[in-house]
Formats: sequence, structure tokens, C-alpha cells
Amino acid sequence: MDLNMNVNAPHSMGTTIIGVTYNGGVVLGADSRTSTGMYVANRASEKITQLTDNVYVCRSGSAADSQLVSDYVRYFLHQHTIQLGQPATVKVAANLIRLLSYNNKNMLQTGLIVGGWDKYEGGKIYGIPLGGTLVEQPFTIGGSGSSYLYGFFDQAWKEGMTKDEAEQLVVKAVSLAIARDGASGGVVRTVIINSEGVTRNFYPGDKLQLWHDELEPQNSLLDILNAPSPEPMNI
Amino acid sequence: MASKQPENSLLGPEADSQRTLYPYVTGTSVVALKYKDGILMAADMGGSYGSTLRYKSVERMKPIGKHSLLGASGEISDFQEILHYLDELILYDNMWDDGNSLGPKEVHNYLTRVMYNRRNKFNPLWNSLVLGGVKNGQKYLGTVSMIGVNFEDNHVATGFGNHLARPILRQEWHENLSFEDGVRLLEKCMRVLLYRDRSAINKLQIAKITEEGMTISQPYSLKTYWEFSAFANPAQGAVGSW
Repeated sequence: MDLNMNVNAPHSMGTTIIGVTYNGGVVLGADSRTSTGMYVANRASEKITQLTDNVYVCRSGSAADSQLVSDYVRYFLHQHTIQLGQPATVKVAANLIRLLSYNNKNMLQTGLIVGGWDKYEGGKIYGIPLGGTLVEQPFTIGGSGSSYLYGFFDQAWKEGMTKDEAEQLVVKAVSLAIARDGASGGVVRTVIINSEGVTRNFYPGDKLQLWHDELEPQNSLLDILNAPSPEPMNI
Repeated sequence: MASKQPENSLLGPEADSQRTLYPYVTGTSVVALKYKDGILMAADMGGSYGSTLRYKSVERMKPIGKHSLLGASGEISDFQEILHYLDELILYDNMWDDGNSLGPKEVHNYLTRVMYNRRNKFNPLWNSLVLGGVKNGQKYLGTVSMIGVNFEDNHVATGFGNHLARPILRQEWHENLSFEDGVRLLEKCMRVLLYRDRSAINKLQIAKITEEGMTISQPYSLKTYWEFSAFANPAQGAVGSW
């Protein structure tokens, strides 16, 4: 109904999140829209959150639940790193996320993708959907926008991509999801993790490729109306 | 697809009628304002199917007769039905061939009656309508909701436009806006809606109606701004936040 907005709806990151491995590391990607019902509460959110220097997590679902889970795991991993005397592995980080998701499954509503690099296993991606299942995969997608990407990835995913190929794939995919999912939008953020370290990238909405039925952005209709007429043809 | 009609045939004649319980393909906000020469109206071209942005070239503003412009948000199929009713209304008016033609005030009144009557039968047309026009130098801009609430004003909006566009218009609208200023003001409103309304898409049209006639612009997209420094690295001061 028209004026009946639910401004008290829980902040939910209807979202598109992606994690992809390549030969040398992983690329994590996400959109930046956080919504309260139909209102976009934050159009430039950061959904790829740091757990340790070498492990990051993509968050989807309830904003509050995913933030708390990642805060707890960051805390546990910090202590674990001190005790272990060396960087935590991606597998340990993923399993900590899994324990919290599984043991609180009735109360939490968050789907997470853990990605990172460690010296034992290299780049790894773990998907932890609702319920707390842990699945290690060469790539995985999540969030409401992912529905639109299953066909795309079935066709476009290849084993053994380079870093740039993997990042381009992720940016293209998030951008395609944003075009069709009302709950995804804003900018595309990527985080690349490999033996050399971590690189964060930012692709604003106006820098992304145009898809079907989308038009080149203009400053104003007035610019279009005042545009010079085309030159007459010479036959 | 299974019918949604109640199985109980004791309901009698009711059992055969259909009712819109919830909308399927919907359009989002329409924003309109009065300016020096007439009315300017803007609407994006999206038809959402739940949270999917399914259709991206839906024209949600249409001319009605010689003097009016109708914009609609809500269920697109109901909007198409309304256009059909209005076609008949205008046709019958023309058939009198008496030199008179229905103006925006009359069309608005007709729509109000239709919407309110459907509401009373618990079978609403799931739309919020904006009706603007000029006749004999008089500018008119009104709105009707799916429950029959209707009024006229210097600027109106539907849906999210009420919450995001009207405050801007209250501040910046004034009597005798030029065409350029009116377009810029509408674009300012549409840009905010694009940032903050989940069902908005970046393709819109602006329609103009004056004493001379009406035009609807070609579809076009707006530039958006993402270069705030805080946007590049929001979690800088607080890791794990958004």
C-alpha cells in the first residue's frame, strides 16, 4: 500500500556477494546496498569485512547478525593467532564462522562467504549459508542477487584464471546482479587476497558497463534537448 | 495456475468475482509540479516483479484527450485497465461533437469516482495516480490513491516520492518556474529516489503539458555521484562496521 512504509523493518543486506579462487589467491566481491524494507538505508556499505590480515568475509542477510558473527570471529581469531604464533588459516576462520552459524541457527539469519590466503593451502573460499553448512568451493555466490548469476557462472567460470580475469569476472557478475535485483545496488567492492597481501578496489555505479535496456547517463534532459542537430547528409 | 477463488460455493455470486489481493508488476514513484507554462511530470520506466527489476521500458505516463496527462504507480495491469476506461470516456465525449472536451479537472473527478467505488467493493485498482493538465489557461495538478483519497496541489508525488521528493519540492518550488528550472528540480528529486528507493531504475522520462499540447521526452539516464571520500573506505575508522 502506498504510504505504508516499514521504516522499522530490520536492516537487511539483500545483497550480491561472490568469492572466487584464482591461481595464486582469491577475489571477494560485493555490492553496497543496505535496505530497511524498501528504503535504502546505506548506499555505500562495506560488506567485505576483515577477520585477520589474510582472511576476509562477505556478509549477507541481516546486517546486525552478520556484523556480530564477524565481530566474535575476529575476536576469537585474534586470540588464536597470539596462541598459535603465526597467521590463522582460512580453514580455521571458516570453521569458527560455521560454529557460530550452526549453534545459533534458530536465531541467526545470515549467509557468509569466507575467503583468504594462507601458506599451507593457498587461496581458499568457503561458503557458509543459512543453517551453518560449511562448503569449500572454487567459487561461490550468495545473497538475494545471486539468483540471477547461477546461469552466468555456469557459463563463465573457468579453472585457473589469472588475478585480473578473476576480478573482471567478479565485477561483471555483481554489476549484472545489481541490474536485476532491487535489493542490490550502489558500488561494486572487491578485495583480492594473495601471498603478497590484500588489495581493496572500488567501482562506482557510473563506471560499470551498461547492460541490456540501460542507457548512458546524462547530466540533464536539458543537455539532450539543447544538443546540436546532426549534420545534414550529403548524397 | 490454480485459481485463487474460494472453494466454498455458498459465497454465491462473490465466488465468481476476482479481486486484486496484492500487486504483481509494479511501478514506483511519479513526481509532478506546476510550472510557468503548465505541468511537468517525471516517472522512471521500471516494472518490478517483487524485488526483481523485470521490465525496464514501461511507459508510466500517458496523454489523456487533448488536455491531460496521467502518471501511475502501482500495478501496471490495473493502470492499463484505467487507460482503457479513459479511452472510452474520451471517445464518448468526442462523439457528442459539441466543441467541448474533457479537461483535467473532469478526468481527475472521473478517476476519483472509479477508484473510490472499487475500494468500496473491496476490489481496488492497485494504483496511485497523478493527473495533470492545462485547459483555457488554467493549470491543474491532482492525485488519487487506490482507496480514493484525492486532492490537488502545486506539486504531488506517489509512493516514495511523498517521503523523499515532496520535502525537496516544499523547499524549492515556487510560482512561475521556468521549464529549465522545473526539469532540474524534477531531476534532483528523481536522483534522490534513484539513490534511496530500492525499486527505482536509472531510466526515466519527463513529460510536459501546456496549453499547446503535451510531449513525453525520450527515455534517458541520470548521472550519479559516488566520489565522497567516506564511500571509498567506510570501515576505516571502525573495522567490521558498515
